[in-house]
Amino acid sequence: MLHRNRTLNRIGRRRTRWLAEVGWRHLVALLGVLFSLFPIVFVLSAALNPLGTLSTTDLVPTGGVSLGNFGGLFERTAFGRWFLNSLLIAGLASFASVFLSALAAYAFSRMRFRGRRVGLLSLLLIQMFPQFLAIVAIYLIFGAITDLWPSIGFNTPWGLLLLYLGGALGVNTWLMKGFFDTLPRELDESATVDGASHAQVYFRIMLPLVAPILAVAGLLAFIGTINEFLMANVFLTSTDSKTLAVGMYGLLEGNERNNNFGIFAAGTLLTAIPTVLVFQFLQRYIVSGLTSGAVKG
Amino acid sequence: MSTPLSGPGSATQTPGREPVGSRLPRSRDDAPITVTGLAGKVLLLGLTAGVAVWAAFPLIAAGLWVGLALLAAATAGLFYLYLTRRHIPAKYLVPGTLFLIAFQVFPVLYTASTAFTNFGDGHRGSKDDAIVAIESSSVTQVPGSAEYALSIATTGDPATGALVFLVTDPGTGAVSVGDTDGLRRLDPADVTVAAGGRVTAADGYTVLSVGQASSRSKEITDLVVPTPGGALRSSGLSRAYEGTAVRAYDAGCDCVRDTETGQTWTADDEAGAFVAADGERLTQGWKVNVGLANFTRVLTDENISGPFLSSLLWNFAFAIGSTGGTFLLGMLIALVLHAPRMRGTNLYRVVLVLPYAMPSFAMLLAWRDMFNADFGLINSLLGVNVDWFGHPWTARFAVILVQLWLGYPYMFLVATGALQAIPRELTEATSVDGASPWQSFRAVTLPLLLVALSPLLISSFAFNFNNFNAIYLTTEGAPFPADNPANGATDLLITYTYRLAFGGQGAQFGFAAAISLFIFAIVAVVSAVSFRRTRKQEEVYA
Repeated sequence: MLHRNRTLNRIGRRRTRWLAEVGWRHLVALLGVLFSLFPIVFVLSAALNPLGTLSTTDLVPTGGVSLGNFGGLFERTAFGRWFLNSLLIAGLASFASVFLSALAAYAFSRMRFRGRRVGLLSLLLIQMFPQFLAIVAIYLIFGAITDLWPSIGFNTPWGLLLLYLGGALGVNTWLMKGFFDTLPRELDESATVDGASHAQVYFRIMLPLVAPILAVAGLLAFIGTINEFLMANVFLTSTDSKTLAVGMYGLLEGNERNNNFGIFAAGTLLTAIPTVLVFQFLQRYIVSGLTSGAVKG
Repeated sequence: MSTPLSGPGSATQTPGREPVGSRLPRSRDDAPITVTGLAGKVLLLGLTAGVAVWAAFPLIAAGLWVGLALLAAATAGLFYLYLTRRHIPAKYLVPGTLFLIAFQVFPVLYTASTAFTNFGDGHRGSKDDAIVAIESSSVTQVPGSAEYALSIATTGDPATGALVFLVTDPGTGAVSVGDTDGLRRLDPADVTVAAGGRVTAADGYTVLSVGQASSRSKEITDLVVPTPGGALRSSGLSRAYEGTAVRAYDAGCDCVRDTETGQTWTADDEAGAFVAADGERLTQGWKVNVGLANFTRVLTDENISGPFLSSLLWNFAFAIGSTGGTFLLGMLIALVLHAPRMRGTNLYRVVLVLPYAMPSFAMLLAWRDMFNADFGLINSLLGVNVDWFGHPWTARFAVILVQLWLGYPYMFLVATGALQAIPRELTEATSVDGASPWQSFRAVTLPLLLVALSPLLISSFAFNFNNFNAIYLTTEGAPFPADNPANGATDLLITYTYRLAFGGQGAQFGFAAAISLFIFAIVAVVSAVSFRRTRKQEEVYA
């Protein structure tokens, strides 16, 4: 009896210790999970709601479950087209901008030349002027470009792509320079001694070594471009040229807002799938990449 | 050739495979030329030349010789750079820099120059353009005006393409096409004319159906086709008349005179407008330099400076609130999960970062509807009936809450990374010394976290300071005070600027550009100051 009591006591004490050390942590984390999830659950419920209106949507799909909204999304809107446009623009823009900034980061990290410090500092300064603050000027400039070269003007993916590349150097160069700096110099120096040209050093030695970071920077640039709304909204006005952000914004405009909510939610889920998957896959790299790459001026 | 060991197909050379000592180490100047390198170079330079030629034709056609010279110089510069063996750093920096100059630096400079003009709706072109616009818009139907049968057509997409008028002269039956440049006769063989004289088809043009035309009726009403005797305008969708201009420019008095009423508007070259004696302005003016007027207007015009200052305050509060809130919550959860005995952290992490990976533009719109006053989720969950976006403070609370949701996973991720980088011995040492967990957090963990994260906090602040999407996709700046529909309670400076430039009340490009420059100055000062402070902090702790 005494023995049993002692065991119970020990278990009780262990339980209190567990609550004090770990239990409350689970409680806080669960609250965080709830906060993270409930808007997503709401969107999911709206996407499955057969009535497809905002006024009939609740946190859980009470009125039954149907995939009708997904069908309606493709029948009633140019969603497929928008999706392709977004993938094309964001894919090309993130690839090209990562490539351009990796080139520059290599030069800033490995070479010593006149104007290097000034160049690095001015990049930092230009970065502070967000490109879209110049949206008025960009609008006017591209008005002239549309007159001269319609194929890279308004309502084309190419004009928007060129525009996004204007910000390519600012975004990632500093981040990547930090990574190039951490690679031992002996690597490329010995290759140079062995007769490799600078291009060979860059493409065959440096790029493969920083590949994980290129992937992460590319993913973040991709997410950024997919979500870019302001310039795309000024640029793309015809239905077929719109990106997801512009097109889906239009779904909720005016009186159609309540009625289109279901197909809008379905579109949101479809948009999220690729990014969420890649994001979860690359998460570990993103954590280390963002913190160690946050180089200070 | 530098690939003596490999076959002709393989141009690559593994560094270090070369027979050691067979040659002296080479300097960069005589580095090997490989087939892939050469092919890549030829391809890229060929592409550059192709693009340059393609871009040159429209410039020549438009007679823009300065642009053509710039294009030629840039192309020649690129060829020189990549054909010479010198200037190696430039080879890596120039591609990105070209884009940077063309699409970021140049627009910024252009913004700066626009800020000193009155550019905007009614002040778009030159004085001559304004005169043409005034004269042609005053065209009215007078007794005896010729009437034409009209079809509306376009050369492009029926919904967006440029409109043209296809008109049939009632007397001769000749068909002409007209746009803002004037009328041109069409070959009768290319057109099909119906019994009433209306054109039903024309080669090279898409005739709009009644439905398509009526959805663009405003554009059709606005289209004025100049003719020798006056101008053609539509009256309805199937008839056009040739009217005469009532208002005409008189170079003698540098004024516009109304031939019916006799009223005159004299050109004011400082305001860029024609002004009557009683101060009335004609809506079409022209672009002039207004000096610092746009900047002083922000500061001195009471209708602007008051809302501008309150927007600025809110802008700071929003940026600090979003950045600080996400940082605190993200760090809290990272700390909570960062314990040696904690199980399931990976699972938590997968779910916690979901908001960061969701498409933010769509989730912002979804949040907007969750705050919907009539059937939003928030109201129904809480069982309340709050018009969230209808009151300044609830709207502000709502947008910050949304930012918290969108942003804290990012802070959680980076704080987790930074925590893992802090050696456990440090915190253990403090607890051996008898410090409470709170004391050791304050003295060790937090300072180290801040050193690692402050650059990210600064860039997050700068990002949120101009977080256009956060406002435009949720409240759109609402609620607006009754007396000022231009500047709402949740408006950031950037959404306010956007509305000035592209909003429904007439574009004010010059004024919007001036506000852009104000924003830039503010962001630059804040960032510069905080970067200096971080530097100092690093010297203390690191």
